[in-house]
Amino acid sequence: MHYFIELFFSGLTRGAIYALIALGYTMVYGIIGLINFAHGEIYMIGAFTSYIVASVLSLYGYPLFATVIIAGAAAVVWSGAYGYTVERLAYRPLRRAPRLSPLISAIGMSILLQNYVFLAQTSDFISFPKLIPDLPFMDRYADYLGSSDVVILFTTLIVMGILTFIIRYTRIGKAMRATAQDSTMAMLVGINVNRVISATFVIGSGLAAIGGMLIAAHIGQINYYIGFLAGIKAFTAAVLGGIGSIPGAVLGSLVLGLTESFATGYVSSDYEDVFAFTLLVLILIFRPSGLLGKKESQKV
Amino acid sequence: MPACRLYQELKRSLLVALWFIFLTFPLMVVKVDLVERVVHWRWKNMLFVGLAGFFFSFLGRWIMQRKNPGKALGKGTAWSLRFCPDPKIRKILIVLLLCLAVAFPQIFSSYQTTIMTTALMYVVLGLGLNIVVGMAGLLDLGYVAFYAVGAYSYALLNYHFHWGFWTVLPIGGLIAALFGVLLGFPVLRLRGDYLAIVTLGFGEIIRLILENWGEFSQGPSGISNISRPGFFGLELSLDAAILYIYYLMLAFVLVAIFIVGRLQHSRLGRAWIALREDEIACEAMGIDKTKTKLTAFALGAFWAGIIGVVFAAKTTFINPASFTFLESAIILSIVVLGGMGSIFGVILGAFILILLPEYLRALAQYRMLAFGILLVLLMVFRPQGLIAPGRRAYFITKKPDPET
Amino acid sequence: MNTTILKISGLSVSFGGILALDNLDLDIKQKEIAAVIGPNGAGKTTFFNCLTGLYAPSAGEILFYPGRDAEAVSLKGMKPHQITEKGVARTFQNIRLFPGMTTLENVMIGRHCRSRASILGALFRNAATRREEQEIIDTSYTILERVGLAGYVNELAGNLPYGAQRRLEMARALAAEPLLLLLDEPAAGMNPQETLNIMELIGEIAADGLTILLIEHDMKLVMSLCQRIFVIDYGRKIAQGSPGEIRSNPDVIKAYLGA
Repeated sequence: MHYFIELFFSGLTRGAIYALIALGYTMVYGIIGLINFAHGEIYMIGAFTSYIVASVLSLYGYPLFATVIIAGAAAVVWSGAYGYTVERLAYRPLRRAPRLSPLISAIGMSILLQNYVFLAQTSDFISFPKLIPDLPFMDRYADYLGSSDVVILFTTLIVMGILTFIIRYTRIGKAMRATAQDSTMAMLVGINVNRVISATFVIGSGLAAIGGMLIAAHIGQINYYIGFLAGIKAFTAAVLGGIGSIPGAVLGSLVLGLTESFATGYVSSDYEDVFAFTLLVLILIFRPSGLLGKKESQKV
Repeated sequence: MPACRLYQELKRSLLVALWFIFLTFPLMVVKVDLVERVVHWRWKNMLFVGLAGFFFSFLGRWIMQRKNPGKALGKGTAWSLRFCPDPKIRKILIVLLLCLAVAFPQIFSSYQTTIMTTALMYVVLGLGLNIVVGMAGLLDLGYVAFYAVGAYSYALLNYHFHWGFWTVLPIGGLIAALFGVLLGFPVLRLRGDYLAIVTLGFGEIIRLILENWGEFSQGPSGISNISRPGFFGLELSLDAAILYIYYLMLAFVLVAIFIVGRLQHSRLGRAWIALREDEIACEAMGIDKTKTKLTAFALGAFWAGIIGVVFAAKTTFINPASFTFLESAIILSIVVLGGMGSIFGVILGAFILILLPEYLRALAQYRMLAFGILLVLLMVFRPQGLIAPGRRAYFITKKPDPET
Repeated sequence: MNTTILKISGLSVSFGGILALDNLDLDIKQKEIAAVIGPNGAGKTTFFNCLTGLYAPSAGEILFYPGRDAEAVSLKGMKPHQITEKGVARTFQNIRLFPGMTTLENVMIGRHCRSRASILGALFRNAATRREEQEIIDTSYTILERVGLAGYVNELAGNLPYGAQRRLEMARALAAEPLLLLLDEPAAGMNPQETLNIMELIGEIAADGLTILLIEHDMKLVMSLCQRIFVIDYGRKIAQGSPGEIRSNPDVIKAYLGA
């Protein structure tokens, strides 16, 4: 039972991180129907930016709390900027191109960003500074879950709350929903669709950056390649939940995180990723549009 | 007036440069050494970024402006026409190319020949994937799995039973085709991007199994000492083997072109294209969707399997690291870049994407960076691919109703 | 003697609890031109989709008689391509051509289920395959001539004018050699002259011995072309009969004009 609870919380933590990345995929897909392959790289850049800022600040002797806040804000700002730039350079010129072209462009962007970070920083794994202190009140539960798990779960919850608020009640959120439903119609009623798309990329990238920073602080090391697997997993989670659906992305991420955690805990840790993809294949075979995806009723 | 324009343009370029300076600031300028506990501020990089940003933004907008007037994005037939002049010249061109291909190893070093062999392998891989993605319109992001299946078929059969190259060649292709059908069945109902991610997952599963199932595949360390292809029982020297494999690949390319060319304009090829164009209409016109999709998967996988066997025989060593997603992405890029569905386009795409990085080796570690940039640029400036696939024109010669 | 070609009994379809077709009974006679009419959203296209296997009916039976005195074949549960092979072909309300293929190739696709060539045939291009391929081309071209599109042979279907696209859809369906042809709004979006031409074409096709069932909003076309008319509203059949009977049926008038 003890082991079960431990696995449960570690799965939840994983799921939370996946959710932060998966939201970016799902939002972008919902609006322009593109698999943003470079999204994993944005997450990686978020992790790197927070690493750099946090390291510099801690070397200059800033207090931990301020360091965390500034590093997090920097990661969000810069990842958002990268997301915006990627969209402007690699996707916007291809808005009316054949369907596969933006995908290739995205793969190119992903290769580009990976190698850019590799060249600008390093190809080695670097150890991430300890940003999350051991919380004193967590001692009693330390067997089940660490302080970083708690911080990750709470941060994710808060971020989700903010995102929900933005999408439900703000002007840009409403514009995003309208564009996702029908971009031509949205344009006709005076929504600046390009701006909405940019905003979607920025928000999605910001979420991924938070995910990147949290996971880096949790695991303790990063390199330029972490975006690839995380990206694929998060995309898997988004598809699992039904791509285009925001609650679906969260649900899919949690299901994926828990499955991975239990499977590695009880079966074998060698096949961690195999479980993830097998789960995906199975769910899609039985529910071809994901857990919460709208059933695609073919209009004939 | 032009001066005013120029001023505007310069101002915009300046803004872009400033934006990129901001964007790259943490990653390019700051480098922390946590062991020595110092921060290196690389201000020089900032200058580079600024200058490059200014220059390229100016250049980019200039190119875009020259490109835009006259035509929007869409069907570009001009290039395809330019590449396929009248059949006579085309025939001469093809013969010339063939001569060049045959003479290549005599003219160039064996190092160049090896690279060219690789390029030829990717031509066939591209042609195989072109059946699935280009013709049947099924987005497959895990194509490398079949390549791996072929390579490991040969490696394992050779390792355990000492089976030779020529014996395993068809077997490897068939096993890969079987895997193609195996993947095809569960994904029949999926469309578009769901299909893409499942095939991607499938590719990863195959690689991960090869990596982790040590008893079966010898894990990440791979299998070495795989036999080179035999030449009527003769053992070949390394140089001779390089030559031999080159000509072998050339033959495979020709066979593949022949087969794909014939399929393209056959009853089956038409069914694939109809499937890509409109799945529902395709069904309603009496085409068995299941069968058509599965043959596309199987035939595409078959070629990957064949080339997998060749790859194992060529390098004599394989490990799972050769079969990553990047490989699938490159093959897919070949197909899309060439212009989906066009055989000549695939050949051109393979040569650009395989030879370029090889010759970019001079750029050393900037190679993959350049590759990424190239992919993006090619897509931005040529989204429909280099060669637009043309449909065959039929000329009705005989009046089908002679009595009247 | 059996003069029925299609017998539908108790056909129902529901989408998430909403009955799109409700206990529909219908029978179509050999070699007649019949029409299904009804207000927008009455379930006409859904009905066609059930007949051609694109939707699965939740209840009822669809029996098809491929000829006089032929054994009945149940179309229910068959895949779309099997139904086409049995001899039921259709067109679509919102044109679904293969836009990237040429006009001739579109029709050639219709010949798919009437030809056999396999992969091996395609590779070796043996005599039988070549003959079959030539037959496909010839037949397709003849059909194109017949619908008046012979001038567009090598044009991409997506580039044809609207009226020609509708005709091409009919040509493609004809290529499958159907016994029963389902036309979903063949005259939609056409001007009066084009509608007249289409009517003429439908009449000619029917004269060759094909049974035609069509959905149409153009009452002039329906009334002058069809022998029998079925009216459906809210997924239910509310009337059937000759054009004269339908014109004076109070239920039909109510359905169209609203109560």
